[in-house]
Amino acid sequence: MNKLTLQKAKESLKNKDFSAVDLTKACLLQMKKTEPKLNAFVTVTENQALEQARKADVELASQGDALEAKPLLGIPIAIKDNFSTLGIRTTASSKVLDDYIPPYDATVVKKLKDAGAVILGKTNMDAWAHGSSTETSDYGATKNPWDTNHLPGGSSGGSAASVAANQCIAAIGSETAGSIRQPASWCGVTGLKPTYGRVSRYGVIAMGSSLDSPGPITKTVEDSALILEVLAGIDEKDATTSPKEVLEYSKHLDKDVKDLKIGISSDYFIKGIDKEVEELIKTAIKKFESLGAKIENIKLFDPKYAIDVYTIIQRSEVSSNLARYDGIRYGKDRESFAEEAKRRIMFGTYALSSGYYDQYYNKAQQVRTVIIKDFEKAFEKVDIIIAPTSPSLALPVGATKDTSMFGEIADVLVEPSSIAGLAGINIPVGFSKSGLPIGMQIIGPQFSEQLVLASAHQYEINTQNENWRKLTPDL
Amino acid sequence: MKINISHIAKLANLTLLPDEKLKLEKQLEETLDYVEQLNQVDTKNIEPTSQVTGLENITRDDIAKPSLSQNEALSNTKSKHNGFFKVKAIFKENE
Amino acid sequence: MSKYTPVIGLEVHVELKTNSKMFCSCSADYFGQKPNTHTCPVCLGLPGALPVPNKKAIEWCVMIGLALNCDIPLFSKFDRKNYFYPDLSKGYQISQYDKPFCQKGFIELSNGKKIGITRVHMEEDTGKLIHEGNSSLIDFNRSGVPLVEIVTEPDFQTAEEVKEYLQKLQQIVRYLGVSNADMEKGEMRLEPNISLRELKTQNSKLKTELPSYKVEVKNINSFGFVGKAIEYEIKRQQEILEKGQTPIQETRGFVEKNSSTVSQRVKEEASDYRYFPEPDIPPIRWTNEDLATIECLIPELPFYKLFRFQSGYGLSVYDSEILTKTRDLADYFEEAMTIGRKHELTAKQIANYIINKKIDINIILPAKLIEEIIKTTKKTDVNEEKLAKIIEKVINENQNAVQDYKKGKETVIMFLVGRVMRQFKEKIDAERIKAVLTAKLK
Repeated sequence: MNKLTLQKAKESLKNKDFSAVDLTKACLLQMKKTEPKLNAFVTVTENQALEQARKADVELASQGDALEAKPLLGIPIAIKDNFSTLGIRTTASSKVLDDYIPPYDATVVKKLKDAGAVILGKTNMDAWAHGSSTETSDYGATKNPWDTNHLPGGSSGGSAASVAANQCIAAIGSETAGSIRQPASWCGVTGLKPTYGRVSRYGVIAMGSSLDSPGPITKTVEDSALILEVLAGIDEKDATTSPKEVLEYSKHLDKDVKDLKIGISSDYFIKGIDKEVEELIKTAIKKFESLGAKIENIKLFDPKYAIDVYTIIQRSEVSSNLARYDGIRYGKDRESFAEEAKRRIMFGTYALSSGYYDQYYNKAQQVRTVIIKDFEKAFEKVDIIIAPTSPSLALPVGATKDTSMFGEIADVLVEPSSIAGLAGINIPVGFSKSGLPIGMQIIGPQFSEQLVLASAHQYEINTQNENWRKLTPDL
Repeated sequence: MKINISHIAKLANLTLLPDEKLKLEKQLEETLDYVEQLNQVDTKNIEPTSQVTGLENITRDDIAKPSLSQNEALSNTKSKHNGFFKVKAIFKENE
Repeated sequence: MSKYTPVIGLEVHVELKTNSKMFCSCSADYFGQKPNTHTCPVCLGLPGALPVPNKKAIEWCVMIGLALNCDIPLFSKFDRKNYFYPDLSKGYQISQYDKPFCQKGFIELSNGKKIGITRVHMEEDTGKLIHEGNSSLIDFNRSGVPLVEIVTEPDFQTAEEVKEYLQKLQQIVRYLGVSNADMEKGEMRLEPNISLRELKTQNSKLKTELPSYKVEVKNINSFGFVGKAIEYEIKRQQEILEKGQTPIQETRGFVEKNSSTVSQRVKEEASDYRYFPEPDIPPIRWTNEDLATIECLIPELPFYKLFRFQSGYGLSVYDSEILTKTRDLADYFEEAMTIGRKHELTAKQIANYIINKKIDINIILPAKLIEEIIKTTKKTDVNEEKLAKIIEKVINENQNAVQDYKKGKETVIMFLVGRVMRQFKEKIDAERIKAVLTAKLK
């Protein structure tokens, strides 16, 4: 039952096919079986999870409509370890926070708890979310469930691997530029990066404050929609959250794609892209065409510049955001930062330092404006944009060693939309011959979550019977 | 370009070993070289964007709410004394 | 005359007395509280916490700017000022860099000189460090308390000008009701920067050029000390300059016990705060209506009140200054005036009574005050004849003094007044005796 989608699990709980405790135990069992190979979790909260599940069962038994009021009641969920959890160790996969126990819950965590979710534990990530591999975790790399010699991507690699390995029903990740979509792509699951400001950042250990977007990693598009309904909305504790209305995303996924205008840009099929990736994305685009969508070739601002913009803005913000870790009020001192964090802090400090601000930070913010305008122009012509999520398949373990900007270069195709704060999703479109998943991203304008989810859902249900969907990771 | 790596480390409050300094200096230079390509983009008369939400005037009413208890505030520190956080003596330069 | 002119600028920090802190809902009323009992994830700088600005604090900052004749730009934003110090919980202070809330204002001194105000901006306070033996203790109760920084142009030339400016500034923020500006509690902190300009040339360009160095003085916690610190610095720097050397650009600390300053930190390199726009707080944009609304909240300021007390009530500058010192006292006087008028008391009578009797306005209500004044006035009326008789007697008994007075030694009059007063059990208004005596001796 741990293999169930969120929607199916909800139905079963409602029909009393099994209890929340049964479901939680099934997930914990799968964890016990697979964690030695995957290392997807930094902290497992078995006892608390079972306690929450027991409470959920009481509510499910006593109130017929309990799932209406609490849409995630009894659902086991894994949370990335950069979300503050009251009373539960939160490390962001850095030894600096090895023994840090937050005295408060992130808004996302609070919303999940209010919705009745069972929290299984905290998933592994690149330390401080600095990376696209989960290999820079101070708690060891997470492995890709489809081939444990390969990386899961990152930084939300633990969450993506956990969902792919059916250790949980769904997981929460966060994306600064690619950290949800890219690991979802490498692990063959769905990952939604909401518009910046759609989901509260309060309590999420900050990386690039002007970019960070929390979101769900799930088994289906519908599941992502269900979780977004819970997470989205204005938060008085996060001044950058939008007051825009939260929609019932999961109830409006059945809109067909007839006459949907889809933009394709050759700039996103970059030099050196994996041939199998290119092939499968093009097949997926044809699928949309066969469903009645209109495909239009558009010109987009070269994503290679997004690497520079992203590197400068993100590392500058990182250098400031990591300044609070001085070991006085919590955690260990600054000597405990690992290499990647030091690298980013040093670059960011340099880029902001006297005499260089205009050359780096300001320049990057100007090009950011160019990127935003470029997307605005594109979305005058098309409704959504489709592109590969990652130019490569999941890379082998060890790929990040001695690289000075691995993450920033690997995420080239997701960076422009992150820089512009747009909505985007990764959905699986098949596998390579070697058995590694391939993902496609759908990008929409700000606050177009409904359209992005509906388009992705249409692709998903119309490819439901394809053979590759029957594959499961062999663990 | 010449980077004063020790100065940057000091600004960043990082204590680097000599080996680390060399490595980070090299990588910092590499990254600076890499992002050089941004100069190909013409940004004349273009306003910088520091926030993408377009939000303005987001404030909070002046209402005081309960704080953490002293125990909660001090719960994660390894060094405290009589309800204070405790650090090694420092020269009063910023007061 | 010295061949140097002092060039003095001032940075003043004023803590606002809002209910809650600048960026979180913790109570801002931290003074005297147990350490670390007024903190939360935001002001303690816990991972993941985010700031949300206090609307009232922002409005009060603008109010201060308006009261100081500043321009209020319609667009403003917060920035991060990055530096490390154990009392700075986030590793950066949220402040304002290139778009402060207020700029280009002034305070006019009594000699007519206008001290230019460069900017007035909003920021947050740090925690408090207490030094104890081999360790320093930190209390974050003050962390995040709203702080307004008021920076002047280097327009002062004397310690007296600085003191007058500070008194005016303190009076204004107190009038506005936005801060108690109590120096002892650290609610108002000041840092003068002092340098000397050589007057060796009449070249007008060189006359306005700033000296090549600047000395900042910290740890000054009273208006009296600011004068002493400045005077000490002027003397110290003059001595260095006279030797043909240039004083070092540095930060010095004021030492109370011998009214001197000592070097604290030499600025080898300009501090590099790596300011950048605070990504967690959307910018602030005012409409002219917003600003008009804030302007309406500004009460009559000391300068105008002082003027009105003189022209409206016919009071002396001296009396007006005393009565407008605080808004409460001025309001008290005006309330007493309203009642006093019905009893045909004059402004002068009421003012004199309040000032001479050192009336505690928190104890005696205005109505009660008027009653008292009426009583005393009547008493002296009854004694009119007695007074005339006693004056007659005193004049007769002190002919030497009377002669001295008549020869022009006017101070003798007070001696005679004293003699008259001694004849009465009750206290009689000295001014009145003086007036009668003077008339009699003419």
